[in-house]
Amino acid sequence: MNNGYAIETDRITRKFGELVAVDNISIKIKYGEIFGLLGPNGAGKTTLTHMLCTILCPTSGTARVAGHDICSEPDEVRSSIGIVFQEPSLDNNLTGRENLDFHGRMYGMTSEQRKARIEEVLSIVGLSNRADSLVKTYSGGMKRRLEIARGLMHRPKILFLDEPTLGLDAQTRRVVWEQIEKLNKTEKITVVLTTHYIEEADYLCDRVGIIDMGRIVALDTPQALKDKLEGDVVYLKVDDVKKFLRIFQKSPLVKGVKVTGDSLQLQVGNGSKTIPRIIETVRRNGGQVQEVSLKRPSLEDVFINYTGKAIRDEGPDVASRFGMHGHWRR
Amino acid sequence: MSATQVIYTLWLREMKWFLRGKTRIIQSVVQPFLWLAIIGIGMSSAFKLPGGQSYLQFMAPGIIGMTLIFSSIMSGVSVLWDKQFGFLKEILVAPVARTHIMLGKALGGVTTSLLQGLLLLIAAALVGVWPPTILALAQVMVFMIFISLAFVSLGLAFASKMTDPVAFPLVANFLVMPLFFLSGALFPLATAPDWMKAIAYVNPLRYGVDGLRGAIIGLSDLPLWVDFGVLLVFSTAMILIGGYLFRKTSI
Ligand SMILES: Nc1ncnc2c1ncn2[C@@H]1O[C@H](COP(=O)(O)OP(=O)(O)O)[C@@H](O)[C@H]1O
Ligand SMILES: [Mg+2]
Repeated sequence: MNNGYAIETDRITRKFGELVAVDNISIKIKYGEIFGLLGPNGAGKTTLTHMLCTILCPTSGTARVAGHDICSEPDEVRSSIGIVFQEPSLDNNLTGRENLDFHGRMYGMTSEQRKARIEEVLSIVGLSNRADSLVKTYSGGMKRRLEIARGLMHRPKILFLDEPTLGLDAQTRRVVWEQIEKLNKTEKITVVLTTHYIEEADYLCDRVGIIDMGRIVALDTPQALKDKLEGDVVYLKVDDVKKFLRIFQKSPLVKGVKVTGDSLQLQVGNGSKTIPRIIETVRRNGGQVQEVSLKRPSLEDVFINYTGKAIRDEGPDVASRFGMHGHWRR
Repeated sequence: MSATQVIYTLWLREMKWFLRGKTRIIQSVVQPFLWLAIIGIGMSSAFKLPGGQSYLQFMAPGIIGMTLIFSSIMSGVSVLWDKQFGFLKEILVAPVARTHIMLGKALGGVTTSLLQGLLLLIAAALVGVWPPTILALAQVMVFMIFISLAFVSLGLAFASKMTDPVAFPLVANFLVMPLFFLSGALFPLATAPDWMKAIAYVNPLRYGVDGLRGAIIGLSDLPLWVDFGVLLVFSTAMILIGGYLFRKTSI
């Protein structure tokens, strides 16, 4: 099985009435990677995740997860995956430990296996000391960490995390990121996460698929996505701005020139390689470079380039989490 | 993943919920006890039934039936709370058959409903009505189990089609009230108008109450085996329908 892909989708599509929530997506996710689906609210991330977890049927197309077809072999898929849903899914009337125990039983673990693994996953997420309190007394961050612990209970090959840090404060978010990295490295778990936080995709993911209106519009490593934009900007301070504006407008080295204050802003393909030649050009024309700096494109720029809009950090997802389930504090 | 372990896991959780909701247990028993202790005793001193039994004796099995049908149907609400709080997703994404999930939930509902029925049986004994023999007690238990099974499954069937846990009790009441009033729990159907008798014939609770009454005070319209047969068919049908609808429920 390890010679195949962890996940392979084949023109998978899901419609809700007229609305096409997931539109003909064909992607391959490798074993061992942290794969991110980055997209705004309503892009179709949750719908795609639910289909891959076999709790929602595709309208057309299909997918193989851990080597099994999601439509014809859902039970095999289910026993190979773990999932942390976007919306809370804990039993608030049970303790943390009881939630984990319930999960272990449902996945056919024996009593000894459960006992040992519960201690393990509790310590991974740092909840050992609160394990015997009812979940309704937990803060939002603690609930999230318990859900991650639960996703790990049965040692899944593939772990789905639907917006794992939604609504968490910056500090808790860091903690969760570190835990996800650790899982991926030490437990060799393939992680598929969805997010609408650019920094999260950038920091955490080996590869990122940008999803918008149900379609994957770009897919690569964060670095390659940025490189492909060829959107490096060189800020150049020279003694004679007007003269060099004219010169660079004609130069084949740069794709565009602007003046900002007392410096020139040059749009180039690969900044680090072009800078020496830009300095050379200035010298040859009898000028003097006073300052030079380089700005590389962010994943945000990549996102804007492919979708024509900025991703924003708000919307119904946050609202539903806050609205229905009380306060969301760490 | 073995069926018994799944069923046991879900049953265990229902038990924990039940035992942690103490106010609910008390409420579910106090109200029928007041019916017995006040209405039952009050009516008993006002008039006697044609057969010579006291009204309290006549009514006690009916009130037990009432407790069972209410608690059974209401056990379906747990599915809706699970939908509301997202826990149903956790259950449905596990590698287990939905039929087993439904059976676990049903068994949990039957157990809680039976426990409440037993408390009522004790309450009835306190006001002087109890099954005369061990055999009668066994018959009472059998009827209580099948009444619970039938209406727990009915509750699950409704819950599979609904989403709002707050609306559920309203629907349940709407369903249970006519079934209860037309079950012969509060007055003998033998002397009732024909149209009422006709409706009562298709009311499954009527057979349950009749069976309980036959076992407890030896008074019944129909032979016990008829009561039991009808209840058996009805509860089997309900389990199948409940199981079918639960398999199709979406999160
Ligand atoms: N059960 C549903 N019924 C109707 N529309 C839905 C349903 N679930 C999702 N949608 C719609 O599908 C689109 C994608 O939603 P979703 O997958 O939740 O996006 P994301 O997780 O990226 O925010 C949205 O327009 C949403 O309104
Ligand atoms: Mg989502």
